[in-house]
Amino acid sequence: MSLTYLEAIREAQARALKEDPRVFIYGQDVAAFGGAFKATKNLALEFPGRVVDAPISEDAIVGLAVGAAIEGMRPIIEIQFADFSTTGFNQIVNHAATTFWRTSVPLPITIRLPSGGTSGSGPFHSQTLEGLYATYPGLIVLTPATVEDAYSMLLEAVAIDDPVIFCEHKLLYYHLKADSLPTEALPVGKARIARAGRDMSIVTYSAMLHEALAVADELAAEGTEIEVVDLRSVKPLDTDTIMASVARTGRLLCVGESWPWGGVTAEVLARVASEGLDLLDAPPQRLNAKDTPVPYHPNLWAAHRPTARSIATAARRVLRT
Amino acid sequence: MLLARVLDERMANLYRGGKIHGGVFMGRGQEALSAAVGTCLRPGDVFAPLIRDTAGRLAFGEPVLDAVRTYLGSPLGPMRGRDGNVHRGRPREGMLAMISHLGAMIAAVNGMLFARRLKGITGTVGVACVGDGATSTGAFHEALNQAAIEHLPLVAVIANNQYAYSTPNARQFACRDLEDKALGYGITGHTVDGTDLNACLDVIGDAIRRARDGQGPQLVVARLLRLCGHGEHDDAGYVDPKLRASNVGRDCLKVAERFLLDQGWATPQTVAQWWETTSHQVDEAIATAQREGGPDPYKESWCAISSKHLCEGYDEVCDTHLG
Ligand SMILES: Cc1ncc(C[n+]2csc(CCOP(=O)(O)OP(=O)(O)O)c2C)c(N)n1
Ligand SMILES: [Mg+2]
Repeated sequence: MSLTYLEAIREAQARALKEDPRVFIYGQDVAAFGGAFKATKNLALEFPGRVVDAPISEDAIVGLAVGAAIEGMRPIIEIQFADFSTTGFNQIVNHAATTFWRTSVPLPITIRLPSGGTSGSGPFHSQTLEGLYATYPGLIVLTPATVEDAYSMLLEAVAIDDPVIFCEHKLLYYHLKADSLPTEALPVGKARIARAGRDMSIVTYSAMLHEALAVADELAAEGTEIEVVDLRSVKPLDTDTIMASVARTGRLLCVGESWPWGGVTAEVLARVASEGLDLLDAPPQRLNAKDTPVPYHPNLWAAHRPTARSIATAARRVLRT
Repeated sequence: MLLARVLDERMANLYRGGKIHGGVFMGRGQEALSAAVGTCLRPGDVFAPLIRDTAGRLAFGEPVLDAVRTYLGSPLGPMRGRDGNVHRGRPREGMLAMISHLGAMIAAVNGMLFARRLKGITGTVGVACVGDGATSTGAFHEALNQAAIEHLPLVAVIANNQYAYSTPNARQFACRDLEDKALGYGITGHTVDGTDLNACLDVIGDAIRRARDGQGPQLVVARLLRLCGHGEHDDAGYVDPKLRASNVGRDCLKVAERFLLDQGWATPQTVAQWWETTSHQVDEAIATAQREGGPDPYKESWCAISSKHLCEGYDEVCDTHLG
């Protein structure tokens, strides 16, 4: 049996619905149609009344999830594209994220954000917003990069008693495959050494993991051993694993698909600089998308986001200093 | 109504005396409408009050101490100094703790009612209160439309007090009457004189009964006037004197009192006695909350999530803040 990243997301939701009667799915086109990407295919048939189509009202969609969670339910919200979560932003960051701290009532809400660039998608169907949501207290932000993590982290997200922003990468939906569903997994909050090495650390997450692994392969042929850290979860951020890797290699490049101002890569560099400057043999570097909206045309799109080529160039520069 | 008036005024006095952190928001002139909501709801129902609903909260069962403790920031109150004034509630007991963003609470009421349907719980309703200003938000529109699609037992109560802060109705909406919005959503609309307690009890009672009976969402528009500033910092000098002198400018508390006296259900002496016992009750709550002091930043957990093992520390930063 072979299974894609997208199928893993569907299977995780099927299992969550099956094992917990408090789980339901709410989002646009998720019921009979099975979702814009088919992440909820056939679930409405298998779980009648628990996979519900929503109007194009992101504010009310998340607002409904807040109320349902207060009543003890565990809603999974599918936002059709991460980009459209901004019209539900207020309910996410001001309502869902503040309720536990203000009232002691935990809100187990999972908000699935189909994220990230795919060629031809343009400025409004390509965004990666993990850094934005990680800024707000009260949210957990997950960025699975593998089929196994898509499955196990989504199941764990549904089980967590707090609002979870689940950033699933659209570019990984179809081409990333695994032989079977995982039976065990690292817990949320732990990063993973995706590839061990001693010369330099590339810390990354989500789709960029695969670009970084390609770079590690390429540079291995030249005799350089790159360690690749997959963050898995950007909030909480596993500082210990990052520091341990930097302690081993003395060099750091942090790669993210989001825009360059602030965000996850800046946070990683800030932590390493303030807690582990003495571990570094070279200034830490980061690589992000360009500071423009995500372009539509493939020529521009491929140059906008980090790729194996630009990561390799940045990595060589860090290795030279 | 009377307890709410006294409680609001005592909070305003404390504010003027510099004893309250942040603002004080009164429901003066809106107590009849608000009390009618709290009275017509039953235990087990859902209530999302807004800034001028002291009366409704009390009638729904909120203890005076919850209000006073929240205003004074007592660690023993429901918000423990983490949030203040009107941003209080006990969500698990059916009373939501409003966030400031207008219109946002309606969809949460929808969610509670939706969850109950999934759980097979029937016969309960939810009321969400908003002002005329909140009807201009996208959140209001999305939530009413959502409730209509799901045929939820939601009653949205609009207190049209003619102003949103300083903005008059004419700069807020261009429809003939806010009740007309019900037609657009495919739900039932009602209008009521918000200065008349009996009328409010009738109309709100009817709307809640219909929602409970499965007739879907109801929209109630009450005409009244805010007989105070937006908050206690505001002298409301912009309110049109003609409105003050008109029917909407009547004080609902005086109207209700007149009615009781006219019916012979109370005498001026009993009314005076009510004021006295009510004042006493509020003073006691204030004394209690004042003895409790404020929250201790060194004992605060500073963790915004319930999954403590997933909380990031940032300890040094917090310690630096505390000196
Ligand atoms: C979305 C949003 N915008 C602005 C504000 C600031 N604000 C607080 S109350 C208020 C006026 C509200 O008017 P209305 O809804 O009529 O209620 P009223 O105060 O008259 O009871 C405003 C503008 C807010 N709380 N939320
Ligand atoms: Mg108003």
